[in-house]
Amino acid sequence: MTLLKTTNLTRIFGGLAAVSDVSIDIQEQDLVGLIGPNGAGKTTLFNLLTGVYEPSAGTIEFQIKDEMKSIGGMPPYAITKLGIARTFQNIRLFKNLTVLDNVKIAMNQNIKYHTLSAILRLPSYYREEQRVEEMAWKLLDVVHLADKGKELAKNLPYGEQRRLEIARALATEPKLLFLDEPAAGMNPQETKDLTILIRQIQKQFHLTIILIEHDMSLVMSLCEKIYVLDYGKCIAYGSPEEIRNNPRVIEAYLGEDAGC
Amino acid sequence: MKRSVWNRWNACWLGLIIVCYGLLSILISTGIMNNIYVTVLMGIGINIILAVSLNLIIGITGQFSLGHAGFMCIGAYASGVMMKQFSSSITGVLLGMLIGMLISAVVALLVAGPTLRLKGDYLAIATLGFGEIIRIVVLNLDITNGAAGLILQKVVNWPIIYLFVVLSLVIVVNFGISAKGRACLAIREDEVAAEAMGINTTKYKIEAFVIGAIIASVAGSLYAGSFYVIKPDMFTFTKSIDILVIVVFGGMGSVTGSVIAATAIGFINIFLQQFAEIRMIAYGLALVCIMIFRPGGLLSTKEFTFTGLWKWMKKRRVKA
Amino acid sequence: MTQFLQQLINGLSLGSIYALIALGYTMVYGIIKLINFAHGDIYMLGAYVGFIVTAQLGLGLIPALLIAMATCAVIGVLIERIAYKPLRNATRIAALITAIGVSYFIEASTQRIMGTGIKTYPSILQNQTFMIGDVRISMQQIFIFAVTILLMLILQYVVQKTKIGRSMRAVSVDPDAARLMGINVDATISYTFAIGSALAGAAGVLVGLYYNSISPLMGVVPGVKAFIAAVFGGIGIIPGAMFGGFFIGIVETLVSGYGSSLYKDAVVYLILIIILIVKPTGLLGKNEKEKV
Repeated sequence: MTLLKTTNLTRIFGGLAAVSDVSIDIQEQDLVGLIGPNGAGKTTLFNLLTGVYEPSAGTIEFQIKDEMKSIGGMPPYAITKLGIARTFQNIRLFKNLTVLDNVKIAMNQNIKYHTLSAILRLPSYYREEQRVEEMAWKLLDVVHLADKGKELAKNLPYGEQRRLEIARALATEPKLLFLDEPAAGMNPQETKDLTILIRQIQKQFHLTIILIEHDMSLVMSLCEKIYVLDYGKCIAYGSPEEIRNNPRVIEAYLGEDAGC
Repeated sequence: MKRSVWNRWNACWLGLIIVCYGLLSILISTGIMNNIYVTVLMGIGINIILAVSLNLIIGITGQFSLGHAGFMCIGAYASGVMMKQFSSSITGVLLGMLIGMLISAVVALLVAGPTLRLKGDYLAIATLGFGEIIRIVVLNLDITNGAAGLILQKVVNWPIIYLFVVLSLVIVVNFGISAKGRACLAIREDEVAAEAMGINTTKYKIEAFVIGAIIASVAGSLYAGSFYVIKPDMFTFTKSIDILVIVVFGGMGSVTGSVIAATAIGFINIFLQQFAEIRMIAYGLALVCIMIFRPGGLLSTKEFTFTGLWKWMKKRRVKA
Repeated sequence: MTQFLQQLINGLSLGSIYALIALGYTMVYGIIKLINFAHGDIYMLGAYVGFIVTAQLGLGLIPALLIAMATCAVIGVLIERIAYKPLRNATRIAALITAIGVSYFIEASTQRIMGTGIKTYPSILQNQTFMIGDVRISMQQIFIFAVTILLMLILQYVVQKTKIGRSMRAVSVDPDAARLMGINVDATISYTFAIGSALAGAAGVLVGLYYNSISPLMGVVPGVKAFIAAVFGGIGIIPGAMFGGFFIGIVETLVSGYGSSLYKDAVVYLILIIILIVKPTGLLGKNEKEKV
């Protein structure tokens, strides 16, 4: 069943169409790759889908309780509440907070106690806090950061910061997860581990994942379907095999004459 | 392990509160602390309340407000007017306090809605503007007696202020460590990421701002009941900056830091009372130096906690 | 109608002073994104230097203007080098708090050295007034307006036509790229502070001439208002600051002329809040959104 669907989605920045007429259809439990040359509009598309930007035209629909509902133009926090989470290309952790707090913050929307019970420290406060803490440790365990929980996020090495971003996104209890260049800046071994991790979380949390990535070996080995963006337009869609042999994709990446 | 409010750390805090109270009452009843010191003590208490409430807005939520004196002004005049019109007693102060809290909450909501969309310096200037508008309105009302201000009786004593200091600390600390407090910290760290984690940033910013404003208004009411005179020019943005100085000295984000800084500055002020200008020169230099050499302030974002103290002592014992 | 024109003339004089201060705010903000809270105090220092030169050294108005501008330029650069430069990569809140600290320091030091009381400016210009119809224009007003226009023309020339101006514009767009292009960023920032502070110093002398009295805290409120003027015109944009300065000056005199002078400050703050809510980038500014 379709989880996310866009129709003719367009975003214009001062005359320039960063994303133009993009129609995609994401099925539940898909692991989809989104590739394209630099400046093709991939991150802008993510920003549209997660509510950072409002669409200039077109619609975004998301499956809520077996019904497709329009979510275009909703604010980011509301979209996250519906079950869409993301990581950022240029890591945006809460740097001066602990690793554990980073994850706890993402669980905020599912915490059920009132400000007043926090101020009076009623039993409901302690109960919820304990539940949140246990769950946060579990999530850290999933991304192999359980031993770093009490450290400040800014003190983690680069690769671990990327994994923490994933744990933080998982903590919002998403159905759909956007990963924006999760392997950027990683060495081959780290990339390999990341591939395994992404597979594992997809299974464990029944996730649908869309990822932007320039590392083709990761995309080709991980994704079942791939969308290719160029100059804001969706120029190809298909399995890794189809994409690899698509002349328009080769042209976009290597220039006009490369195919000949 | 089942956790509840009845744990030993909270017992430690309760103990500290009682011991401090006991110590102060002994010092005062035996006359070791004379009336002048009691007045200083009350001033410090009010400054703690102000600093802690501003810390909630600046240190925890990361929203730079320079309009805090405006809310203090509302509280002071609400109580002042009630004391004049209704009853010059603690009942008048408390009744005025309630009214002040209500007005402050409404004004803070009106201010917060539009201005908290602004970032950093713009927000600072906008709140400064609002704070000044509040003061100018008070200056031009009849019931507040304009620029001459109100002459009042002293009806608040130090245990009342102590009680309110404890109350405001409990509120701010418990808010700070709750889920909402974490959301506010996230906003301070990175608004875009916070929003992406499902946090309605505008709502939390407004909530922190309104709570901060209400507590500042309470401090204003206590001030009116303690210090005989209130005048509009006591609540200019210079007052907001005085409160800011305490917060910065103690460390933006550290509630215990604010308490320590307010106390320290209160005592330093006694010694520098004869040299008003030198005091200001020192303040200015200190602000610049702290920002250059220790931008986090005395305690940075750290807090003094009994859990922390316990761990620190354990570490020492292991080493020894 | 006569009264309106009269208020307009008064507003233009006051606005000239705001505009001169606002230019410094806007240039500094444009280049290092700092609200230089101490800028109003530089203007106060300019007034005091002018006072010393005219009342105590007995020199004329033009030397007073030039000496005040030069002194303020030096002080401005010193402040930047000592207090702001170490914080160039710090958060903007830290920089703003530092600026507040500098402001406290200057005010209190002046109080200590020159006394807390009001000083009376000597009347250097003849108290001549001209009548155009029923509208009265004083010699001071003509002088203030002429000096302001002259300084603005010089500033425009410097910013648009000279090498320093080009560096300033480059640094304000992208300091790192400017550095890579061989521009000395630190020197450019110092020039900016020097020019902005000199303009504030001139404003200080002019205001002493206009109101005849100066005090160590005289810079606080005009400083905030000039900042509002800069925000109104679009902070970082030089013509915006000029326009904003004149606008705020005229609004203020009109409010005190027709309404209650007690509310003139409130109206200015209200204008600020309205502009921040409706168009935070100011009248001449462009909207930008943070890149994610």
